[in-house]
Amino acid sequence: MKRVRSRLVMLIAIALVAVAPAIFGSFTITLMNYIGIYAMAALGLVLMTGIAGLTSFGQAAFVGIGAYATAWYTVAHGGSPWIGLLLALALTALVATILGVATLRLGGHFLPLSTIAWGIAIYFLFGNTDALGRYSGLSGIPPIAIGPLSFEGTIAVYFFIWAVLGIVMLLCWNLLDSRQGRAIRCLRGGTALVESLAIDSFRIRLAVFVLAALLAGLSGWFYAHIQRYVGPIQFDIDAGIELLLMALVGGAGQIAGAVVGSAIVTLAKNVLQDVLPAITSYSGQFEAVVFGVVFIILLQKARGGVVPIIKKYLPRPEQNVLPIKASPLPRRQRTSAPGQAVLAIEGATKRFGALAAVNKVSFEVKAREVLGLIGPNGAGKSTLLNLITGVLKPNTGTIVFQGADITKLPPRRIAAAGVARTFQHVKLRPNMTLLDNVLLGIYARTRAGFLAGALRLDRAEESAARAEALHQLRRVGLGDRYGDLAGNLPLGQQRLLEVARALAADPTLLVLDEPAAGLRRLEKQTLSDLLRDLRTQGMTIILVEHDMEFVMNLVDRIVVMDFGVKLAEGLPAAIRADGRVQEAYLGGVA
Amino acid sequence: MTPEIAVLLAQDGITTGAIYVLVALGIVLIFLSTRVIFVPFGDVVGYAALTLAALQLKRIPGTVWLVLTLAAIATVVEVYGLTRRHQARRIPQALLYYAALPVAPAATAYLAAGYDLPMWAGIPITFAVVLPISPLLYRIAFRPLADASVLVLLIVAVAAHFALSGMALVFFGPEGFRTAPLTRAFFSVGPMTVSGQSILVVASAAVFGLLLFLFFERTLNGKALRATAVNRVGARLVGIELSNTAATAFLLASALAAISGILIGPITTLYYDSGFLIGLKAFVGAIIGGLVSYPATIVGAILVGLGESYASFWNSALKEVIVFGSLIPILLWQSFATRGGVVEDVEEEEGESRT
Amino acid sequence: MTTLLSVEDLHVSYGKMEAVSGVSLDMQAGQIVTVIGPNGAGKTTLLSALMGLLPCKGRSRYESDDLTALSTEERVRRGICLVPERRELFSDMTVADNLILGAYTRWRERRAVQADLDEVFRRFPKLAERRRQLAGTLSGGEQQMLALGRALMAKPRLLLLDEPSLGLAPLIVREIFRIVVGLRELGVSILLVEQNARAALETADFGYVLETGCVVHSGPAAGLAHDPRVIASYLGGKVEPSS
Repeated sequence: MKRVRSRLVMLIAIALVAVAPAIFGSFTITLMNYIGIYAMAALGLVLMTGIAGLTSFGQAAFVGIGAYATAWYTVAHGGSPWIGLLLALALTALVATILGVATLRLGGHFLPLSTIAWGIAIYFLFGNTDALGRYSGLSGIPPIAIGPLSFEGTIAVYFFIWAVLGIVMLLCWNLLDSRQGRAIRCLRGGTALVESLAIDSFRIRLAVFVLAALLAGLSGWFYAHIQRYVGPIQFDIDAGIELLLMALVGGAGQIAGAVVGSAIVTLAKNVLQDVLPAITSYSGQFEAVVFGVVFIILLQKARGGVVPIIKKYLPRPEQNVLPIKASPLPRRQRTSAPGQAVLAIEGATKRFGALAAVNKVSFEVKAREVLGLIGPNGAGKSTLLNLITGVLKPNTGTIVFQGADITKLPPRRIAAAGVARTFQHVKLRPNMTLLDNVLLGIYARTRAGFLAGALRLDRAEESAARAEALHQLRRVGLGDRYGDLAGNLPLGQQRLLEVARALAADPTLLVLDEPAAGLRRLEKQTLSDLLRDLRTQGMTIILVEHDMEFVMNLVDRIVVMDFGVKLAEGLPAAIRADGRVQEAYLGGVA
Repeated sequence: MTPEIAVLLAQDGITTGAIYVLVALGIVLIFLSTRVIFVPFGDVVGYAALTLAALQLKRIPGTVWLVLTLAAIATVVEVYGLTRRHQARRIPQALLYYAALPVAPAATAYLAAGYDLPMWAGIPITFAVVLPISPLLYRIAFRPLADASVLVLLIVAVAAHFALSGMALVFFGPEGFRTAPLTRAFFSVGPMTVSGQSILVVASAAVFGLLLFLFFERTLNGKALRATAVNRVGARLVGIELSNTAATAFLLASALAAISGILIGPITTLYYDSGFLIGLKAFVGAIIGGLVSYPATIVGAILVGLGESYASFWNSALKEVIVFGSLIPILLWQSFATRGGVVEDVEEEEGESRT
Repeated sequence: MTTLLSVEDLHVSYGKMEAVSGVSLDMQAGQIVTVIGPNGAGKTTLLSALMGLLPCKGRSRYESDDLTALSTEERVRRGICLVPERRELFSDMTVADNLILGAYTRWRERRAVQADLDEVFRRFPKLAERRRQLAGTLSGGEQQMLALGRALMAKPRLLLLDEPSLGLAPLIVREIFRIVVGLRELGVSILLVEQNARAALETADFGYVLETGCVVHSGPAAGLAHDPRVIASYLGGKVEPSS
């Protein structure tokens, strides 16, 4: 029912776009053409800024590259606009790849600052290049035509623009609901989780960046052939800021936000152009003042933009349709025999300044055992887990996993080798559903690429992945809440969700950092039973936990840490009786 | 390039570099104490230069209207906020800070315009008129967002630049201005001639840099500012009010912007949007310094000045492309230099109202 | 005895996730009160809320003031100080500067601050030795002492201590607890959050046990230390206490 209603909303929107030329005059249609063109570039920003969290003030420069590429080719060389399109896309992709490789490793605010820098540099490049007509630009660009059919008329090109816009929006929508799309959505909120899921965060960032640039290039191509003129001023940093404004006004996390934002800003501009000349002689710049002020108010009062506000009044679409039947995903071959070492830590030391958080620790984890790692807070347990999972690199010592030295591997390679983990401070994506969060764990077991996701060629694999994710959710007792947002769960269940996500990776070694903290008694029992099950199925588990009852009843062996060193190692009963352990825990006070 | 030209370019570069130093110090000061990357800082520099130019042309500087508008908005916001929080007794103080103090110099400038002002009167008036711009902007645009992420603050800053530069065009028009030189003296040092103006600029940068250093090292307020930069939670725990340190930082930075504007006015012709470019180049300098260290910022800013000077000799049309494009390899180098350190970059605040 | 702090039905949430759900506690002036409980029980969250660092629902009074209406800075001025688990020192500044900033709210009383600085240096001779050193270069124990000293510079009447023993060697833990007891004699009331439950209960007058955001046991500290349920969960599992 809900599904039907949300489809209905979409159909009405499409119908409105289709009949618009019959209702409105050519002036309005011209406006709508620009709305559509800007929406394409804004869509890129929605993906990049709103969803992946990479803010760019330089999107207009990519629009410019697309526009200048086709303008230069069609004007100076009399070429076909269609070749111009290919050239525009190729050139934007090339420049974006170079800039992306150079800047996307930058953290936090350095990336957006760099977009201002190259945005301005590209603008000055346009304005100072002879072949591009310097500051006077290039004019006389031919209209788009297919053989004798020319899109010169306002209405003809209107349908073309909106059809293309509709298609790219659909493709983006599909993409976001696929394997790579989930990786994109996962980028926001810190790289520690991303890398622990065997996702190459740099590669995904680069892909989103290039994708956004391609959408800008497409927008630029349309712009050049409809405006029939390009000049540098159209692509300066102010234009880039306007595009960002569009994306944010509409709702930066929303695909529909691109169109809504583009429409609001374009229409507002139009109104201002009518009204302002009556007030001031510098109406063009006063527009900027108004936009600047609106922008600030928007960020202060409604950071989510317009679309989420509208969405409140619309039915929420059922996003994750569950598979009816699916072939199971392949499982990892577990080669180690029981008793054989799966993980061997040899003399691992990690110093932070003068403090040795982990000091010459050595031990082995054998196949199909549950190893408890205990010790007082600050003993170095979490640091040790971070060494095992590659988040931190030891100063000295080696870590060998299934016979391979993983000491220097990045976290994602270790994850891909079969080590899955949970975090002491839960790391989930609160705005994604439970099912999507668990699907993130399956990333390394699936193959679908960007194109396959966008074109829905990934459905067989996708349904298998969903079946698997649902299975893991059921195992931790969250099966019937698969469609809820992860952020709505209480802390204990969030921990269980992390366990499900880790299990979805089908790991050989499961690393759990305080999985029982904040769990209620019954939940602890469920978790304990689950971990026993996993052991019987051949999984190896390292567990950091403070709840002694939980640990003592579950684990096969225990390693005790205190002040970064290994204090004791042995069977639970022996550890219990160890005087040094009692001392460390009870820390008697004089 | 002959050695003579090289020396000349170096002198030129150091002079502009010294101005970038002042601007970059202001940027870093604001960033460290408030996490705001204050993009419109350059616009404030531009306002300072254009205000002085307008006074010298016996016109009413548009800055007067800007300050009055900002003061009016800030006063309304502040008084409304105080009333809502039932702190009416603090209203007189708010009126003093947000209305009386900013309006007084603006009114002076309004009244003084039209007279043939001597340099010693024009400069202080300009300074006093420009001074409240950044603190008022902070109160209006940034303080309500104190908990927002650096990124949101950056976007707000860019929006504020958008508005500020738009207003600059309305107030000053599209034509360029150059203020009267502060000194016409020239000195011969060995084979080369050094202009008094250059010496004045470099000396000012040195003096104000030193004053800033003393403020940080010797005063409790300066230490509070540093403490806020090092650890915001820690600062709150000792009772430092972040909005007060932020206001102080914006005020100090505004002073630096005003001085830079007054100094650069006679050196180049400035248009309504030149300030933004000056600010961005200072940014490049601040980024070379990693946005964390004052000494590194000084070095970075001078490097940008030198780089620009030599780039304009080599290809003056592309000098902007070269200066801004050079940021990419610098950032790249920095990102490689810091790699392998912290994998987890700052967790973005995700409290944003997304459904 | 007068009630210094009284908290009623306090709720603290991170987004939609509730970390403290309906905690009530009372503190008399001059007492050491401890809150113990497992990791993730909401102890640190509780202290942050009392310090005004996190928004919360519920009623809380400090002496005659409604605490909820006061900002963190205002709370410091009224004599509430938090020594957080992460210490939150100004690591790039000297030990002396850290301490001077501790008395930031007392900038009017220059003389008294100087006297207090000498007093802190007397109390923590290690800090006096290292007064020109950067705080970030201190060892863990010294940092904890600096954090304590910085809080003392504000002349607190209610000191909130979050895991002061975290990551410290037993000898230093003993030292820290000795100082805590000494502070009570100076008239400072202390709310102590500890994972080292035994040490905390031995030091405190009254105790609360927090689990998943709720108070599950409370009572005089000596009584709690012998409560079999508390022993089972927090005093070393099935390990029999040696005393």
